[in-house]
Amino acid sequence: MSYYGLVDGTEASLKKYLASLSGVDQVGADARAAMLATRSIKAASKRWAIDTAISMVDLTTLEGADTPGKVQALCSKAVRPDPTDSSVPSVGAVCVYNDMVGIARTHLDLIGGEHVGVAAVSTAFPSGRASMPVKIQDTQDAIDAGASEIDMVIDRGAFLSGRYIEVFDEIVKIREVCGDKAHLKVIFETGELVTYDNVRKASFLAMAAGAHFIKTSTGKVAPAATAPVVLVMLEAVRDFYAMTKVRIGVKPAGGIRNTKDAIKQLVLVNETAGPEWLKPSLFRIGASALLNDLLMQRMKMDDGYYASPQYVTID
Amino acid sequence: MEEKLSFEYAPAPESRAIVSIKPKYGHFIGGKFVLGTKHFPTINPATEEVLSQIALAGKADVDAAVKAARKAYTTTWSKMSGKERGKYLFRIARIMQERSREFAVLETLDNGKPIRESRDVDVPLAAAHFFYHAGWADKLEYAGLGTTPKSHGVAGQIIPWNFPLLMLAWKVAPALAAGNTVVLKPAETTSLTALLFAEVCQQAELPAGVVNIVTGDGSTGALIVNHPGIDKIAFTGSTEVGKLIARAVAPTNKSVTLELGGKAANIIFEDAAIDEAVEGIVNGIFFNQGHVCCAGSRLILQESVADEVLQKLKNRMAAIRVGDPMDKNTDLGAINSKEQLLKIRELSAAGDLEGAQRWSAPCDLPGKGFWFAPTIFTGVTQAHRIAREEIFGPVLSVLTFRTPQEAIDKANNTPFGLSAGIWSEKGSKVLWATQQLRAGVIWANTFNKFDPTSPFGGYKESGWGREGGRHGLSAYLKGVSHE
Repeated sequence: MSYYGLVDGTEASLKKYLASLSGVDQVGADARAAMLATRSIKAASKRWAIDTAISMVDLTTLEGADTPGKVQALCSKAVRPDPTDSSVPSVGAVCVYNDMVGIARTHLDLIGGEHVGVAAVSTAFPSGRASMPVKIQDTQDAIDAGASEIDMVIDRGAFLSGRYIEVFDEIVKIREVCGDKAHLKVIFETGELVTYDNVRKASFLAMAAGAHFIKTSTGKVAPAATAPVVLVMLEAVRDFYAMTKVRIGVKPAGGIRNTKDAIKQLVLVNETAGPEWLKPSLFRIGASALLNDLLMQRMKMDDGYYASPQYVTID
Repeated sequence: MEEKLSFEYAPAPESRAIVSIKPKYGHFIGGKFVLGTKHFPTINPATEEVLSQIALAGKADVDAAVKAARKAYTTTWSKMSGKERGKYLFRIARIMQERSREFAVLETLDNGKPIRESRDVDVPLAAAHFFYHAGWADKLEYAGLGTTPKSHGVAGQIIPWNFPLLMLAWKVAPALAAGNTVVLKPAETTSLTALLFAEVCQQAELPAGVVNIVTGDGSTGALIVNHPGIDKIAFTGSTEVGKLIARAVAPTNKSVTLELGGKAANIIFEDAAIDEAVEGIVNGIFFNQGHVCCAGSRLILQESVADEVLQKLKNRMAAIRVGDPMDKNTDLGAINSKEQLLKIRELSAAGDLEGAQRWSAPCDLPGKGFWFAPTIFTGVTQAHRIAREEIFGPVLSVLTFRTPQEAIDKANNTPFGLSAGIWSEKGSKVLWATQQLRAGVIWANTFNKFDPTSPFGGYKESGWGREGGRHGLSAYLKGVSHE
């Protein structure tokens, strides 16, 4: 199985495909990302960016201490981020561990949050160190429990030792498990891939293997969604669209904690992949603390002053 | 939430409240502002608003400036220890940093360049030149130029309009560090930051007459070049004027450095990092509206990647934000003058006539002021005027090649030799190409990067001598040979 006819499933064809990619110059990519970070987003454009960013948040809790109560609270927040202001959009999805998927789905449906997705981290998240049958079962469990999005991790060990075909095959198999029930996000853990060349390579590999989204990080490793890494991934989805006419989504996750950072991400999208990507079906931001800062900035734009943190809800 | 697919950036203008522009300026001679006689207007090229009246220096003004510079040289500056001179340069550098926003706003108003560039490039680099040369002032005997290098005396310095403050720094900082005093003339259309710099000299309590600034046009420049009281001429500007200066100083004892035009090749090999190369092309030709002597104005593209690179380049050019230079999100500002705009239009029309294909980024140009959309010409050959003459605007000529040697031959086939760019992920190819190219500055996998420690200057008709680094310093010291 493969997608778009780019790779026929053999190691030779995958190698040929990856070898056709041009390199990434680190200094140049850093400079471009730094330049785009100087964009000054004010007034109406800032207001639009805040609401757009809220709708793109994958509101996340991935802790060993997660409980049903905590996840239900997160779901309430996801549907109505500001209970006093119904003009605030819902977030894109809640992102939870596998065993919390059913609880999240049930609670979302109960409170009128049918439109909010449930994303499950999968394939032995965050390390990816498990056998293939375990990873498949992990994914199947999540889908059976009602996950509409699967955030899988790649085997970074295999990638770094050049066993690209193993990484490719894993993604293909998980995509098969997803079928038409769930969207597949593929997490690279760019902090472990380290180089931008690797990020570009992983992006093209995952897209040809059937990823719907490519995602920077688990949130468990730093650095995570740095601006140049997101830039390189946005260039990859743009170039992949030029080849296939298919738009793949991008999800930075980890380290995006305030409104300024989120707006910088939207500027990167706007001026790299293009405005077509500025919607929750093609761009998500994996975050937890970010949402409250977006809400506080939104209130500030309406009221003209910063409210006390007591005016936004904790999860 | 309704899905709206447009992310229009609201205007984000920098405030001009920080600068106070006087209705009329004189010259800065002997530490004081003195009245001029005749005046001409200086305008904001983005709006055609008259900003101020600038004095036109005649013979009496230039005489007075040279006399003040001579007096300061003999009585004060040449007798002062290098350590003390260095203190003044450090002080000037710090004040420039403290007043950086003022300099940036004034530069953008008078020149038309985007505030992002004046704020992030021109002003910080100008301060860096003073910091760097401040460090040299007490170490001249360690510059590798003999144990007792001597200053020339009075330096006459004529600078262009493309980087008004930065070019001032390139000229004044090394001259002062080496122990010279200066008479400087800013370009006719961009005198305001030089006059603000004169205030900085006062604020730093620089001894009177060490820096003198006279404003005016080419006639003032000619008075400086031909003045018998001047020991050294430093000029940055067009090759045409550079040749006139070379002729004028040939029968004299004056020492001279010239930094002139260019028609730089930016060579993209098929193994380049394509996205960063595209950024490098944009930065090479659209930085500062292409008003850059070392601009990468000839794109020399390997045929095997030409289609891909051109498609990406066009997409990228469509994202260039053209408009109000004071807006913090503007990438490409106004053309500096009507005269320059006409020259760019004339050469672009020649490109059309000669059969090259023009493509301009779709953008709305403001109604007032001087504007030219970012433009590329494909199908250009070596025989086209737009491949040979310096356009000095946001216009890129695209040529292609098949083998590395062909790229080098085309790159070198020009009377200029200021700069060049090479894009390849293969180190051995980069090093080979660097050795073949006849240009003073060669960038590999980057473009238009400047640093005070790095010598800058040209081969052939691009100039004589170097500015920056130890090589640049040597141009302001006597009894040592320099290129």
